[in-house]
Amino acid sequence: MSRLLHTSFLPSSTSLHSKSRSSVPNFRANKPRIVPVRAKIREIFMPALSSTMTEGKIVSWVKSEGDKLNKGESVVVVESDKADMDVETFYDGYLAAIMVEEGGVAPVGSAIALLAETEEEIADARAKASGGGSDSQSPVSPPPPVSEAPAVVEKKVSVPPPSIVSASSVHPASEGGKRIVASPYAKKLAKELKVELAGLIGSGPMGRIVATDVEAAVAEGGAASAVKTEVPAAAAAAPGVELGSVVPFTTMQGAVSRNMVESLSVPTFRVGYTINTNALDALYKKIKSKGVTMTALLAKATALALAKHPVVNSSCRDGNSFVYNSSINIAVAVAIDGGLITPVLQNADKVDIYSLSRKWKELVDKARAKQLQPQEYNTGTFTLSNLGMFGVDRFDAILPPGTGAIMAVGASQPTVVATKDGRIGMKNQMQVNVTADHRVIYGADLAQFLQTLASIIEDPKDLTF
Amino acid sequence: MQSALSISFSQASLPILNRPLCSSNAGPSTPRNLRFCGLRREAFGFSPSKQLTSCRFRIHSRRIEVSAAASSSAAGNGAPSKSFDYDLVIIGAGVGGHGAALQAVEKGLKTAIIEGDVVGGTCVNRGCVPSKALLAVSGRMRELQNEHHMKAFGLQVSAAGYDRQGVADHASNLATKIRNNLTNSMKALGVDILTGFGSVLGPQKVKYGKVGFPDNIITAKDIIIATGSVPFVPKGIEVDGKTVITSDHALKLESVPDWIAIVGSGYIGLEFSDVYTALGSEVTFIEALDQLMPGFDPEISKLAQRVLINPRKIDYHTGVFASKITPAKDGRPVMIELIDAKTKEPKDTLEVDAALIATGRAPFTNGLGLENINVATQRGFIPVDDRMRVIDGNGKLVPHLYCIGDANGKLMLAHAASAQGISVVEQVTGRDHVLNHLSIPAACFTHPEISMVGLTEPQAREKAEKEGFKVSISKTSFKANTKALAENEGEGLAKMIYRPDNGEILGVHIFGLHAADLIHEASNAIALGTRIQDIKLAVHAHPTLSEVVDELFKAAKVESPASTTAQGVKVAV
Repeated sequence: MSRLLHTSFLPSSTSLHSKSRSSVPNFRANKPRIVPVRAKIREIFMPALSSTMTEGKIVSWVKSEGDKLNKGESVVVVESDKADMDVETFYDGYLAAIMVEEGGVAPVGSAIALLAETEEEIADARAKASGGGSDSQSPVSPPPPVSEAPAVVEKKVSVPPPSIVSASSVHPASEGGKRIVASPYAKKLAKELKVELAGLIGSGPMGRIVATDVEAAVAEGGAASAVKTEVPAAAAAAPGVELGSVVPFTTMQGAVSRNMVESLSVPTFRVGYTINTNALDALYKKIKSKGVTMTALLAKATALALAKHPVVNSSCRDGNSFVYNSSINIAVAVAIDGGLITPVLQNADKVDIYSLSRKWKELVDKARAKQLQPQEYNTGTFTLSNLGMFGVDRFDAILPPGTGAIMAVGASQPTVVATKDGRIGMKNQMQVNVTADHRVIYGADLAQFLQTLASIIEDPKDLTF
Repeated sequence: MQSALSISFSQASLPILNRPLCSSNAGPSTPRNLRFCGLRREAFGFSPSKQLTSCRFRIHSRRIEVSAAASSSAAGNGAPSKSFDYDLVIIGAGVGGHGAALQAVEKGLKTAIIEGDVVGGTCVNRGCVPSKALLAVSGRMRELQNEHHMKAFGLQVSAAGYDRQGVADHASNLATKIRNNLTNSMKALGVDILTGFGSVLGPQKVKYGKVGFPDNIITAKDIIIATGSVPFVPKGIEVDGKTVITSDHALKLESVPDWIAIVGSGYIGLEFSDVYTALGSEVTFIEALDQLMPGFDPEISKLAQRVLINPRKIDYHTGVFASKITPAKDGRPVMIELIDAKTKEPKDTLEVDAALIATGRAPFTNGLGLENINVATQRGFIPVDDRMRVIDGNGKLVPHLYCIGDANGKLMLAHAASAQGISVVEQVTGRDHVLNHLSIPAACFTHPEISMVGLTEPQAREKAEKEGFKVSISKTSFKANTKALAENEGEGLAKMIYRPDNGEILGVHIFGLHAADLIHEASNAIALGTRIQDIKLAVHAHPTLSEVVDELFKAAKVESPASTTAQGVKVAV
């Protein structure tokens, strides 16, 4: 019985035919790719041997220049991302010129050899191959006469050259930016997404470029790299925005707009507080290498404070009653391409800081990829909005409908302060500003909550358990 | 006087007593399995209760029987021959020593085993066993994280996460459990477990003792050295156990670094790359040879690279040595200096969060007192002949002294050590036995697994050229296997290298789902000398992964016909 299920390999035993069923028809479907060039000289293209293949490596030429080829005969063995495969010709003729030597790599769809119909045309074809300037070193550029052929050379969106980016990686071993220090996955992604690593600033340990930096570079494109280097964004942001045009709301913008208007029906008030962050900064420095992020630390601190002040974690929906929410779910506002989303760290008071940081990383990745599930962005009971990374020292936030309070977090910056004992000292301080629904949360509630929060942040040992 | 009695009696009574008791529950094949491999027996300790009971029965019954026969003999361990304390003393209670001890008791030898550390050795405590626990976790993580894979099943899984300490505990609990099983299995049979470091004092004389305590001296008719190995750390590499680690530390899983460099891409390195990438680390391989996975059949390693390396968060440097590795300190990362393997010129510097040194293992043979018997080690390995008999500095055999396992370096695998130990016991009990190392399978427990037995294709072709025979290859793909496809695990290849003239299997290499379990059909065929034309007539249940191997046999083109004693004839009789 199993005998019936047996698939044989290609006749030539050297090649592993692992993707055979899906890729061979694929290749056959691409038959028209071998287009006539000046009637009698055809090109042999790098075939797409799998759905994910972007380039192929020539393992070996089965035939050599001048050999006669019969339709259906193997000409070359190509290594794709999945397997080695024999590539056969669909025309009779002579292998006139090999344009990519063994070991060479060519993108899918580019010419790797020329096929002449008659022996006389071999010379013509060779002239063409060399005339086109495409020797074996540069197989990517097909010879000129082929330009009308439907070459499918993939051109991915390339990230702007590093010209605007002057700051370099600060990795100790990078020798002042001469060496690029990037994690294995970052390198892999950069190659895949065609991002120049030299232009990136690493956010990983000791300035190492990590995968998220590469993803961010792709997502943000030119505008973002300008922001990162703190070059005025105006010039760089201009491309892609057509001035004077009317742009309808996207779905997300529509939703934000509805929510914002709805928020006007809630009577809110604001209370601010200044918190010393030296201890928190020190803690962050200590556990940063374990993947802990500042966002997770703030969320954790907020959640612990909320646990002591359940009313701040409550919500009033109908104006007649309110709910003490059973879990503390911290929503954190994240700006994403074309909008804003609030991934939720559920049970932030109970989950340990390391898991919380991992969860946050995962949520951000998902948010960037627009893959958040509804329960991952609409179950927040308290919202955090942090603009500190831009140097904003204070702002206020609009209360999202359905929640009791939102906290706007400014930058932590060194500030000269007078201490109680009459001395003057330097402390890192951060301003927070909570907007709350006054139907259920009163001034004293917020004040006590903020006092608790300040004491947690100023003595953060509880954050790591 | 009593010795003669008890030996003869226990030997005679064993088979009779064992069979009915064991077979009633565990099937008739159990006793035979037990005899073959030391690890098998302890495995019953945590298998379902049915088998457990049957085994306990067996052991009890034996003890009762023996003590009834020779009332003064305390253990069911045979009695020593005249003038020796023991018939057999084994130095080192790893898997090799354990296998030898069980076989020795089976053969009625009075046996002692000396262990200076913990019973179970590398395999159980710092090797195969805990790493399988980690790999079991990594396999599941990998599956749960692979949304595409899950979707293809119609399953929905929300973000999978793990608790590092929980994973680490699983590994250490497993090691403890297996260690206890191993210890109990020896105690139950009455093997004397002597604690302390053992060394050879002279012919047939061994001393052992703990540091700071007086040594004990015992004599034995035969001695087996089975002291195993420790991770090999090349010079220039500073191991601190935290950021620069060996497999010993890595198995405790005290941290999961963001970026870990793995020096060496053999079995150990590959398995750890599987664990670490599944748990979220990124990995950089450093390999001295020009190819990753140099020990494997080239075709298998090429495919394995496509599946296990390229799509994962792994990059690699080949053809380089890590000439200097310094652990992370003072806020600086782990620094790795790379030099070209051939020209020795500096090539690159890496700075990573951790480095795992997986450059192989070095024999643990220091302090064994080998100078007392004029044996000189070679790179630390104890020289032996093909019967594991130790060879001294003059090229002569040292009588009554054997060395098995990693310490002799023939084939550094737990089950090879055990097989060598059993082979030695066969010899000392009067049955000449030479172990065919080409029939010993090996496996790498990545996802999917890699397994092999016998020669690689280049080795087979070289041998064929020398000896003047032809070599053929047959291959099957897991894509053609129903069970593999049902599991959505069609990625894989099985390959057999054989002689078309007589149907001899030279080597089998499998990369794919459960490859480690599939290899035994081939390794048994090699061990028993079964030819392809005969085994291809054997029937495999459908649909099973075993059909991958069945297809290999059936795809082979052998010139000679099936032997006349094949099944058809037997059935007729």
